[in-house]
Amino acid sequence: MRNERDFPSADGAGAGQGVGARLPRKEDDRLMRGRGRFVADIRLAGLQDVAFVRSPLAHARIRGVRVPEQHRASVFTAADLVGVNPIRAVSALPGFKISEQPVLAAGKVRQVGELVAMCVAPTRAEAEDIAAAVMLDLEQLPAVYDMRKAREPGSALVHEHWGDNVFLETNFEVDISSALDAPIKVSREISTARQCMSPLEGRGVVATFDHRLDQLTLYSAAQMPHITRSGLAECLGMEQGQIRVISPDVGGGFGHKGILLPEEVCLSWLTMRCGHPVRWTEDRREHLTASSNCREHHYKITVYADRDGRLRGIDCEATVDSGAYSSYPFSACLEAAQIASILPGPYLMPAYRCRTFSVATNKCPILPYRGVARTGVCFALELMLDLVAAEAGLEPGEVRLRNLVRPEQMPFDNITKKHFDSGDYPEAMRRALASIDVEGVRARQRKGEADGRLIGVGVSIYCEQAAHGTSVYAGWGIPMVPGHEQASARLTPDGGLELRVGVHSHGQGMETTLAQVAHEMLGVEVAKVRIILGDTAMTPYSTGTWGSRSMVMAGGAVATACRELGERAKRIGAKLLQHDPAAVVLQNGEVQGVNGSVTLKEIAHTWYRRPQDLPPDVDPSGLEVTSGYKPQRDSGTFSYAAHAAVVAVDPDLGEIEILDYVIVEDGGVLVNPMVVDGQIYGGLAQGIGTALYEEMPFDAAGQPLATTLADYLLPGPTEVPAARLDHMETPSPYTQFGVKGIGEGGAIAPPAAIVNALNDALRPLGAELMQSPVTPYRVIEAILAARDAERPAA
Amino acid sequence: MKPAPFGYERPRDLQAALALLGEASAKIIAGGQSLGPMLNLRLVEPQMIVDISGLAELKQVERRGDELVFGACVTHADIEDGRIPDVTRGAMPAVAGNIAYRAVRNRGTVGGSLSHADPAADWVSALSALGAKLTLRSLAGARTVTMEEFIVGALESALRVGEIVETIHVPARPASAHWGYVKSCRKTGEFAHAIGAVLIDPSLATARVVIGAIDAAPIVITNATELFGGRIAGDYKERFDGRVADLLLVKAGVANPAHRHIHVNVLKRAVCEAAA
Repeated sequence: MRNERDFPSADGAGAGQGVGARLPRKEDDRLMRGRGRFVADIRLAGLQDVAFVRSPLAHARIRGVRVPEQHRASVFTAADLVGVNPIRAVSALPGFKISEQPVLAAGKVRQVGELVAMCVAPTRAEAEDIAAAVMLDLEQLPAVYDMRKAREPGSALVHEHWGDNVFLETNFEVDISSALDAPIKVSREISTARQCMSPLEGRGVVATFDHRLDQLTLYSAAQMPHITRSGLAECLGMEQGQIRVISPDVGGGFGHKGILLPEEVCLSWLTMRCGHPVRWTEDRREHLTASSNCREHHYKITVYADRDGRLRGIDCEATVDSGAYSSYPFSACLEAAQIASILPGPYLMPAYRCRTFSVATNKCPILPYRGVARTGVCFALELMLDLVAAEAGLEPGEVRLRNLVRPEQMPFDNITKKHFDSGDYPEAMRRALASIDVEGVRARQRKGEADGRLIGVGVSIYCEQAAHGTSVYAGWGIPMVPGHEQASARLTPDGGLELRVGVHSHGQGMETTLAQVAHEMLGVEVAKVRIILGDTAMTPYSTGTWGSRSMVMAGGAVATACRELGERAKRIGAKLLQHDPAAVVLQNGEVQGVNGSVTLKEIAHTWYRRPQDLPPDVDPSGLEVTSGYKPQRDSGTFSYAAHAAVVAVDPDLGEIEILDYVIVEDGGVLVNPMVVDGQIYGGLAQGIGTALYEEMPFDAAGQPLATTLADYLLPGPTEVPAARLDHMETPSPYTQFGVKGIGEGGAIAPPAAIVNALNDALRPLGAELMQSPVTPYRVIEAILAARDAERPAA
Repeated sequence: MKPAPFGYERPRDLQAALALLGEASAKIIAGGQSLGPMLNLRLVEPQMIVDISGLAELKQVERRGDELVFGACVTHADIEDGRIPDVTRGAMPAVAGNIAYRAVRNRGTVGGSLSHADPAADWVSALSALGAKLTLRSLAGARTVTMEEFIVGALESALRVGEIVETIHVPARPASAHWGYVKSCRKTGEFAHAIGAVLIDPSLATARVVIGAIDAAPIVITNATELFGGRIAGDYKERFDGRVADLLLVKAGVANPAHRHIHVNVLKRAVCEAAA
């Protein structure tokens, strides 16, 4: 199925570095030695630190901000920010209600941690001292802390002029009435906790103004520097050319670094006001309590099926707690509205209805975290399919096999018109079931465990739409719609290659994988390919890195630019070889003809350093190309994976151990399988966090209760098992090389697989969990509830 | 997360340290494993930090008759690694080796952990079960208290202003006394949400039983016959009565049945471990 034109160096001597090679990551040499350069490493002459006065209350009217006389010159409030516009992230979806997020609160505060004043001082400690001396006079208002109560009449209102607390309601239906007479009907309420994304590096901002260039430079730990620049220009009323955004090494993004921060706007304004560089570094408490959250979903779901386990339909009402404000550029409705379109996933069904609510509450804004709504959707649907299996008396794996889209149906449009490009979903499930040895687990369950624990096996499967572009996002009408992705490729005079891309790499290994793509096209050694990214002044415009799009989009753009660069090199090489350009080939980094060959290095040297050797009619366009790329269809690639887990649960203590974990994934053609493995392991760790550990609880006053990492638990090395990975490789028919986006999948399926395994283990006790994370307390509560339910009958 | 300004003193001897503690709003720092984060979070804003980590007097260890007496600045790792003698037949090194992470154990001290009086901390429960006593010293003199007297509540000790934990006295564990210590944590190295610690001597028909990591001082049961069905003998494991423990938890204010269920079962595991 490979298109040979896509793989020019496949048989050349350069093979071993191109697409498909398991190369160690180039960037790891600096990152693993502690030589990376992150925002907090930047030192500029005259730099001062900023600390923010943040709201201690979730919902309050601001009566006053009292600044001690001696600090007047160091403290700035909303009243100072004349002409600065609030952050507005609108969606064109009908009925969407607009929130305006002031960069410093004015009138009201709507979440704990909202910025009220900024304090600048030579050090962060001094800035925090000033912040502690600023007194807020707040009139507390009832907090909207529960997304479901927020929809009830009489609820307090986050944005009074809306009249309710709903950013957006959506409705989707295909013939649900036809499913209602199904013999199997199971209904549940399912929920996932609110989480914090917790990258190793938090957000960080350094802002400085250069009068020579008449330009603001903002260093920010950001995934999408070009989008940050657009948002910043809109808030500050500046021309985009007056702003340069540089995103240096970034220690993990996951969506958290995809939004425009009020802090970015504040510091940009402040450096222009104060005349010296300023810095703010997010600390862990700010990250946990004041930044952005993710994942909080609630489902009321009914699944209809025939006796043989075949799905007749799904009826769902999904609610997402979107927090107080709509974040730029993804908006407050992406998560919930996406649920309606992705809930059916890779399953066949004739009927479907889904109603979604994006609800405003007095909490941090919600952001698309790795997997976006898919982790919640997968959790809800896969838990329900296990209940269908129990009703039908079938193995859970068998129910999946009977309902999954079949390979011969590809390409396939599902009930919500998602266009699946390729894949063999049942095969992935079969392999996972075989590898986890369901029969072996069943035999072990019959025998019982010597230590009194209960074991169970669970599976889950999902699809991950990635690199979806213009046709998808035009409909959302949010501030960012991806178009053609561009890349620049330039041969240096010594035959090296410089690539400029507008996406960013914050753990994805793109300095290696994009070099592999270039190597595939031009045969230049990976070590001689430099990737330049994370700087709006140095790179072509891009919507940046999100949605698992970078390998598909930037990889495609790099291949396209390199192909054109190769053609130019061939034209020059043919002249040097005194050949017809049509009769030469580019292979192994050299232009070859029947009467000899000339290397790219020689061609570059001649072009730049010895132009006198070129004939006068040489092609003048040179050895630097910027070109653009979009897949043949931009509705997205669909990678997928089947996950299977065996867990043991202690029915006395509620402790859970993952005994075995298998992932069978198909991400199309893999540019670097080792990098993909790393992505899957990292995603798995986050998925285990969602399943078992991570939760940001709030009290009825809207106070976040997990304010340090002692309360907000993240999985560590001892909590993440050595998962067994198996790869399938079904190329996408629409993309360069047949690649698919795979960045998020690892984090999507684990909660469903683990909780299904847990429910399988607890089934003899009649206990069931429909909520993440599953904690020891929740396990014991479920067991005690099952006991109580049994007692009256006895 | 930077601390509010504070003064810092590193006295040369205990007497000098005690003199500094008379100052208003002074806080002692030893390993800093709890106080460090609390300062950074501005949960405490003392005017003065008195660093006692350099005081050799607080690192002394000696065997006095039937007990081991060691200074408050002995670290968890000192005990884990056997740098101080063990009179508990392996009980204390095993507890020490499972406190948090090695980095914490390297710096954290027993005296610091007890003074902080976090109910979820291992020494609060383990030393209560072992029947340890503490010598507290101030400029006014010294007094000795039992662990039960010392831990008054959650994050609340009997320390008076100007007073410091000087030494910990651990009675030697006789060969006839069985030890069991079990805790349940959500992940490796986290604070426990349930601790059971038992020291049972069937030959003497005595037991010290501790239910720890509740939101209060640990429940210390010195008269445990009811917990073992009326008598403490060689069959104590079979006679363990979880309902008695459950009632004690209710009395201590643990209202949530799931929480009590876990505490009772952790205690049961500790009893089984002792009997094994």
